[in-house]
Order: sequence, then structure tokens, then C-alpha cells
Amino acid sequence: MIKLRGICRDYEVGDETVHALDHIELDIAAGEYISIMGPSGSGKSTLLNILGLLDKPTAGIYELDGSDVSDLPDDHLAQVRRQKIGFIFQSFHLVSRLTAHENVELPMLLMGTNKKERRQRAEEVLDSVGLRSRLDHRPDQLSGGERQRVAIARAIVMRPSFLLADEPTGNLDSKSGGEIISIVEDLNSQGIGLVVVTHDPDLGDRARRHLRMVDGRIHSDNPRKSA
Amino acid sequence: MKVLDTALFASQALRRAPMRTSMMLLAIAIGVAAVVTLTGVGEAARRFVSAEFASLGTNSLIVLPGKADTSGSGLTGMLIGETARDLTLDDVIAIARNPRITRVAPVVVGAGNASWRSRSREVTVIGTSADMREIQRWELQAGRFLPQLDLDVASPVCVVGSIIAEEVINSNRVVGEWLRIGDVRCRVLGVMAQGGISGAFNLDESVFLPVANAQQLFNSPGVFRIIVETRERADMDPIRRYIVDTVRERHQGVEDITVITQDAVLSTFDSIFGVITMALAGIAAISLLVAGVLIMNVMLVAVSQRTSEIGLLKAIGATHNQIVAIFLTEAAWLAALGAACGLGVGYTVSYGLGVAYPILDFRAPVWASAAAVAIALISGVVFGLAPARRAAKLDPVFALTR
Ligand SMILES: Nc1ncnc2c1ncn2[C@@H]1O[C@H](COP(=O)(O)OP(=O)(O)OP(=O)(O)O)[C@@H](O)[C@H]1O
Ligand SMILES: [Mg+2]
Repeated sequence: MIKLRGICRDYEVGDETVHALDHIELDIAAGEYISIMGPSGSGKSTLLNILGLLDKPTAGIYELDGSDVSDLPDDHLAQVRRQKIGFIFQSFHLVSRLTAHENVELPMLLMGTNKKERRQRAEEVLDSVGLRSRLDHRPDQLSGGERQRVAIARAIVMRPSFLLADEPTGNLDSKSGGEIISIVEDLNSQGIGLVVVTHDPDLGDRARRHLRMVDGRIHSDNPRKSA
Repeated sequence: MKVLDTALFASQALRRAPMRTSMMLLAIAIGVAAVVTLTGVGEAARRFVSAEFASLGTNSLIVLPGKADTSGSGLTGMLIGETARDLTLDDVIAIARNPRITRVAPVVVGAGNASWRSRSREVTVIGTSADMREIQRWELQAGRFLPQLDLDVASPVCVVGSIIAEEVINSNRVVGEWLRIGDVRCRVLGVMAQGGISGAFNLDESVFLPVANAQQLFNSPGVFRIIVETRERADMDPIRRYIVDTVRERHQGVEDITVITQDAVLSTFDSIFGVITMALAGIAAISLLVAGVLIMNVMLVAVSQRTSEIGLLKAIGATHNQIVAIFLTEAAWLAALGAACGLGVGYTVSYGLGVAYPILDFRAPVWASAAAVAIALISGVVFGLAPARRAAKLDPVFALTR
């Protein structure tokens, strides 16, 4: 459960103030599938970063699963992030010197999970995204689609409540983009909340709820038109 | 995150960036190796000089004519060799009466001409007593040293240095030959072992005569110095006072001699070489510090190169301390490995020097090795801390866009 009340995010640039987010009100229920669209610079990534606790709002209240997280200290936020949020980035953000399974093990490494369990869970999750045969490949030995699948495996290995994806298919061709989408939609159907920022209207239309942002505000918030 | 996992994660980051890692290891290793080698060289010199002096015996005193400033070490007087009123053989005989004195060796030195048949050569003539050999622990390669005589008794005998034996006396049996020194003939009793150096004199090119003969030869009653050996080390101080008092009485109440102990000479040399070793260690420590600054720079570069990795770690829930721990552990690994390599290189170089110059012992003192390793570790961690904290403070949103 996510509840945003009067969320603002201002940037001071010189002596001007940029209102990247301007009094956002938003409720997201567990297991929802939401797409966020809108023109460049409208605040989509900023909103996603706030939702993912990577960034702190300048004003407003953020409640996650019933507790106020707007004013938690950084280390506390890191812990909440580790347990409840999974990120998927346009540029994958894999650690290039680590193999697929080592990348997936990273969140568990930070948790202090023991080695055997780490390895086992990483294998299970990589298996579930179809990378059984790529466990020991490094990112430069994988295709773009495969890299994004490793990133997804890493995002879900801690069983988060929400998966936040910022243009997850932006760097992929349409075929591997489609595979990525079907993987995350599959995860959503298993109950993980899914928020996807995208410029691709077809992709945006697949979500059950469509947010449109303009100038740091939510311009429209519609359920999928039942075609 | 578990400590072991942090260590493994950091070591993996180092292993998979071999170029960067080996450059940093090199920097630290050079610093540590420099400390080990340079202090080893300083210590080698100190040990060499101390050993040379210690071979004179630790419970002997040297009596010099002339009063040097005793508040110093007495060394200046000895080095300058300033002469006041001469010491005489009678002074020596008077000193030797004390039963706590076991050996007395007066020394008279001068240049002379040694000839055998038609050959002749300039030599250093050293007039002394039989005790000299025991005090100085001189070895002979043939025959025996000067006989035990009363100090004022002359006897036509001599002992020759190895070069004199070879170059002047062209006979297969040197011992027993007659050598002419100045215009006195004396019988060769023995030949000194090769390689002896005592103070400024090359014993190989010297001829040794009973002290009374040498005084006749130089036509002078003076004694260059007297070496006195006491029964025990504890006697050194009372004997020193006894000698000063005895000679003052004989010299009409004028205190005109200097008595120095080996200890004084040794401790002067020890302190000189201590300073040299410290200076070398200082130079080496600076190179370690430079290595530390290098660690910091390379770690800072590493942090900026890995900004996006740090952003990612934060996005998946790494805390401030975890990121500090990761980078600090990397720096500590580098410092520890670099120190180990440096010790290896340093000891290898010292060993090599020891093989090249076998008379010197180039082993670095333990304190220097320990300090080198400690400084390497400390500078690694201290200089690693700033980059690590910088990494941990990065804004994740910013870091992820890099
Ligand atoms: N670090 C920053 N400093 C100043 N202004 C910023 C900063 N980050 C973002 N902004 C501003 O905030 C606004 C929203 O940015 P944001 O990245 O959220 O846009 P976006 O909707 O994700 O755009 P795009 O579709 O191009 O990714 C923009 O006007 C941008 O210039
Ligand atoms: Mg964006």
C-alpha cells in the first residue's frame, strides 16, 4: 500500500526553483499494475525515485504499508528499500565484473544471507526468468534482453512488494522488450505491484491503470479502457 | 553484510581489476621495500662499526696524552690526536702496578724502513707489548707474537704483517729470518694473519717491535697511547680514576691525559649510526606516505569510476556503513598485500646485498619492518577512508545517472 499526500520535489537551479513534482496525491494498492506516461521532463523519473525511496520529497507525506517513511534516516530507508522495492533501470545497472548469479546475489549479500542459500535462491530466480544456462556469464557476455532479465532477477530476489521500472525496454529491440514485459506482467499476476514509466504508448496501454504526468502534476489517472 | 562477505566482495573487486590493483600494490610495495632495505643498510653500517670496535674488548680503556673535554665522549681528542705532555714508559709501568689491571699495551707508532738483503720498503712500525695481541685478538699465520718482556727491555725481535712477509722477505721460511729495521737487525718471530686493520693502520703493512726497541728507533721517550684491560667490566670506572690520579701525581699535579672507554666510542658510533638509520627510515617513511597518498588518489578515481555501481548498491539497499566498509576493505587489502610484497622484495634485496658484500649484515631491524607494515596499513586505511566516505555519501539518484 502506497499513499502519497501533497508530495513536492523542488530543485534549486541557480536562483530558480524547478518544481519537478508539484503536490502529487496518489494511492497505489498492493499488486496494482500502473503505467506512467507523459512528456520528457514532466517528472516521471522523479516520481518513481520518490516511490522507491531513492529520493526524498521536499514536502508532503509518503506512507508505505501504513507507516510514514517521508522522514526516515537514510540507513532506515536503505533497509526498507532492500525489503520492499525492486528497481529495473533502462540501462540495466549490472555490476560488470560480477557474473549473472553474483549480480543476483548482491541484495542477499547486503542482507547477510549465507552463501549456500544465496546461491540457491539466485539460481531459482534466474531460472524463473529463463537464464538457467547463463548463471556464470558476465554482463558483457549477455545480450541486452538477457541483461535486463538478470536485472529483473536481482530486483525480485528479495520478494519485494513493488517493482519499479523506468523505461525498462528503452534500450531493447521490440522482441526482447516484449519478453521483458511478459516476464514483469507474469510477476504482477503473482501479486507484485508493478509501476512502469514508459514513452511507448502500446506498452503503457497494457497496464490496468494509466497515469499521465504533465509539468510535475498528475494530469490524468484512468483505468484501462476495456476495449 | 557479513565481514567475510565484505572481505570477499572487496578482494573480488581488486582481482577483477588487475591493472589498477597491481599499480597500487607496486606503489605500496616500493614504500615498504624502501624502508626495509634502507634501514637494513644503515643497520649494516652500524653493526659493522660496532663489531670492529667490540673486537677490541669491552673491558679495555685507552689512555691518550692530552686533555680532551671529558664532558663529550673524548672521541674528538682521540680523532684529532692532539699531544700535550708525552706519556712515557715509566707512566705505563706505574699504571701497570694495579692488580685489577690484567693487561697493558703501550703503543708507539712511526714510519720506518724495513730491509731484507737487497730489498727494502717503507713500513709502519708499531712498538707495543705481548699483551697487545690478546687485547686486540690478533691472529698469526705463522710463528708467535712478541714475547712477554719487561716494558723497558729491548730485544732484537719483530713480528711482520702479511704484505711485508710477502714483499720484503723473499724466503719460503719467513719466521727465523733477520729483518733490518732502520739500522737494527731483528729476528722475525711471527707473521700476522691477513686483513687486520686497527684504527688507521693497515696491519698487513706493519712491523711490530717491542716498545723499547721502537722508542730507540724513533729516538723518543713518548708513548702514542696505552691500552689497558681490566679484570672485570665493573673495574672500568675505578681504574679510570686510578689511572688519572696516578699520572697526575707523576706529572706534577697536571691532569694532562684522556682516558676513554670502548663504551664511549661505541655509544658515540651507535648514536651517529642511530641517526643515520633514522634518517634512512625517515626517507623510506616518506615514500610510504607517498604510497598512501597514491592509494587515496587511486581510490578516489575508483570511486568516481564506480559511481554507478555505488548508486546501484544503494538502490538495492546498501547502507552508508556497508559502502564505507566495502571501500575501506579494498584499501586495507591493498595495503596488506602491498606490505607483504614490499617485505618480500625488501628482504630479497637485503639478502642480495648480503651476498654481494658478505662482510656486512644487511638484515633490517625488526622495528623497521614492523613500522613499515604498520605505516602501510595505517596510511592505506586512513587514506582509504576519505574516498570510502565520499562513496557512501553519494546521492543514489545522481549516482545512478552516471
Ligand atoms: N538533479 C536535478 N537538478 C535540477 N533539476 C532536475 C534534476 N533532476 C531532474 N530535474 C528536473 O526535474 C524535472 C523532472 O525530471 P524527470 O527526470 O523526472 O523527468 P522525466 O519525466 O523522467 O523525463 P524523461 O522522460 O526525459 O526521462 C525536469 O524538468 C528536470 O530538468
Ligand atoms: Mg526519466
